[in-house]
Amino acid sequence: MKLSQLKVGSKGIVKEFTDLEMSIKLMEMGCLPGEEIKVERIAPMGDPIAINVAGYQLSLRMREASTIILL
Amino acid sequence: MKADIRVALVGNPNTGKSTLFNALTGLNQKIGNFPGVTVDKKTGYCSLPDGRQAEIVDLPGTYSLYPKSRDESIVFSVLADRKSTHTPDLVVVILDASNLKRNLLLYTQVADLKIPVIVALNMMDLAKSGGITIDVNAFAKKLGVHVVPIAARKLEGIDKLKEAISYASKLALQENTIDVSTIAPQLIAQIGEEMQIENPYFALQLAHQHEHLTFLSGTESDRIEELEHIHFFHSQKAQATETIARYNYINDLLYDTVHKAESADSETVSNRIDKVLTHKVFGFIIFFAILMFMFQAIFAWSAYPMGLIEDLFVWVEGLVHDHLPAGPLTNLLSDGVLSGLSGVMVFIPQIAILFAFISILEDTGYMARVTFMMDKLMRKVGLNGKSVVPLIGGFACAVPSIMSTRTIENWKDRMITIMVTPLVTCSARLPIYTLMIALVVPNKNVWWIFNWQGLALTAMYVLSLVSAVVVAFVMKLILKGRERGYFIMELPVYRMPRWNNVLLTMYDRSKAFVVQAGKVIIAVSVILWVLASYGPGNRFERIDQKYSKPEYTKTVPAADLKHIIASEKLENSYAGVLGHAMEPAIRPLGFDWKIGIALITSFAAREVFVGTMATIYSVDGDADNIQSVQQKMGSAKNPQTGQPVFTVAVAFSLMMFYAFAMQCASTVATVYRETKDWRWPAAQFAYMTVLAYVISFITYQLLK
Repeated sequence: MKLSQLKVGSKGIVKEFTDLEMSIKLMEMGCLPGEEIKVERIAPMGDPIAINVAGYQLSLRMREASTIILL
Repeated sequence: MKADIRVALVGNPNTGKSTLFNALTGLNQKIGNFPGVTVDKKTGYCSLPDGRQAEIVDLPGTYSLYPKSRDESIVFSVLADRKSTHTPDLVVVILDASNLKRNLLLYTQVADLKIPVIVALNMMDLAKSGGITIDVNAFAKKLGVHVVPIAARKLEGIDKLKEAISYASKLALQENTIDVSTIAPQLIAQIGEEMQIENPYFALQLAHQHEHLTFLSGTESDRIEELEHIHFFHSQKAQATETIARYNYINDLLYDTVHKAESADSETVSNRIDKVLTHKVFGFIIFFAILMFMFQAIFAWSAYPMGLIEDLFVWVEGLVHDHLPAGPLTNLLSDGVLSGLSGVMVFIPQIAILFAFISILEDTGYMARVTFMMDKLMRKVGLNGKSVVPLIGGFACAVPSIMSTRTIENWKDRMITIMVTPLVTCSARLPIYTLMIALVVPNKNVWWIFNWQGLALTAMYVLSLVSAVVVAFVMKLILKGRERGYFIMELPVYRMPRWNNVLLTMYDRSKAFVVQAGKVIIAVSVILWVLASYGPGNRFERIDQKYSKPEYTKTVPAADLKHIIASEKLENSYAGVLGHAMEPAIRPLGFDWKIGIALITSFAAREVFVGTMATIYSVDGDADNIQSVQQKMGSAKNPQTGQPVFTVAVAFSLMMFYAFAMQCASTVATVYRETKDWRWPAAQFAYMTVLAYVISFITYQLLK
């Protein structure tokens, strides 16, 4: 399942990335395989989303969230 | 000031890095530029307990040494350029104790460059309340460096940190973090051998970043590129490998030094605030309410200090006239330099207030939420959530706003933001709008609270935003993107603003504005003064002779005579001659040669318009005498038709012209400075002038 399909309030664990360039940026921000992610909220217009990862909040666009595959 | 030791401050964004910088240096700081690039370089000085002076350089906040924006790209350059005089002797890495894992990534990268390092562990209080306990001694031992726990906001631990800086070794003592050479063994070995680089991580970073490092020569950079091909180096793959290896190291490091109490999933305060502030409906209502309040405040609170500044300059100009011998030099000083300077200084209150708001909104974490809410909307028109800040800032002044686009990582988004920001109604257009609206729009109320004049002014502001959005959309179709856009951004927890920081930002930004815009405006106002004060041939002498005849001196009061002479001289000055020459071109817009002169004189800065109008319509005094300029202009008649010059059509055509034309030398200079390419400001000037002409033409022809 992709992160972009996760509902607000639910959690998942990062398994892998489908995009090398995005994966580097996400990993630098602490979003690594094995980390738990919780979707906190979705922006008023449906994009981007805010997630909780590694103890802080990160916002990313749906397109970027779809490169993260969850366990 | 000469420093005994040079210290660079490095850390993630939102870790309290600038708070620490301010705590260390106080007001003893200045903003300059890093050599060769337009990234603000904040340096300050700090006295160490042993009496030595430390120079502290605040490097832009970054999550890793691999840069994502222009500001971030400076960090590795400064740390790595060993031939430069700016190379730090010591790096202080500031870590957010409540989010150590992510913060440590940057630490391990810096540590591996083998520059002496000290760790400042900030926000220990926050970590504690979040259930995190850190064994600082064990942590320091594992890293092999001095770790100083601090609470920068409460100024705790600052003295300990200064002590640690003064005791810092000249040798790098930190433990190795990862085995860098396994990432690309042959490449690292060969770069190291050919360029005499002992540090493997330094060699690896050169391989990644050689293209934009200014301290490498072209041949060195080409050779690295060649070596990369020989050894099949894949930058992104190598980066991913490195990052995973670093996090493995970090996990081991944190395993027995940091303990996090398993907390129940309780709703944090920040989350509860977010539920309201980013709410589908309330989120937007609150945002617009804040904007409205900001504009009200900018105009209401600045009126009094602006008046004071104007009065001050009038007083100084008076002093100059009274105490210096009359002559062209005195006139140049008072009418050229001083009036130009006052045109700049008068905007300080508005700029300071605007930046106070922006810095409060950024400091509290609200700006990140605005970016979050607006991103999708902005993206549709080719902008980016982060464009919101410069566009809002554009309401005060385009110059600092264009400077603030540096945080936009994506090149195309940033360029479009720079290109459209000057369309937003800045404070310099306000005097023109108020004058024109007062001339032709009745001061009557419609419904209850709305006033026709207020509505007209609001319409001009709305128009400016609409035009910025439309132009951005067109540019989105024209410009080709160099890289993929992305929007991975930290949403920091809400915090109280740091009032010190707000004051410092107000001071810094106002100073930057005065220095940068001031230089241009003074230069141009001197040129314009010459154009308006001298005429071709002996025209001026003939005017003087004509009015010294008794038929004038006897019948006309001396004060009126002075105005008549001044306005006739202006008509015959070089500026006046130019005005007449350009009249055929601006006639279709409804402008005569007098307005033409004002268009020329306000070329460098829009606010000069009212002052020029005052001179042409021979009103005593200057811009603060708007009431009487308005009366004179209102009663001005066209000599051929006998109709008033300023009809609704002319006034609105003029407002449209100023809404779209790039009548601002400071902005042109800033755009050049930010883009390092004359084609950008040239293109911007061209499109805005064409737009101004066409829209003024349509407005005049429709309303005529």
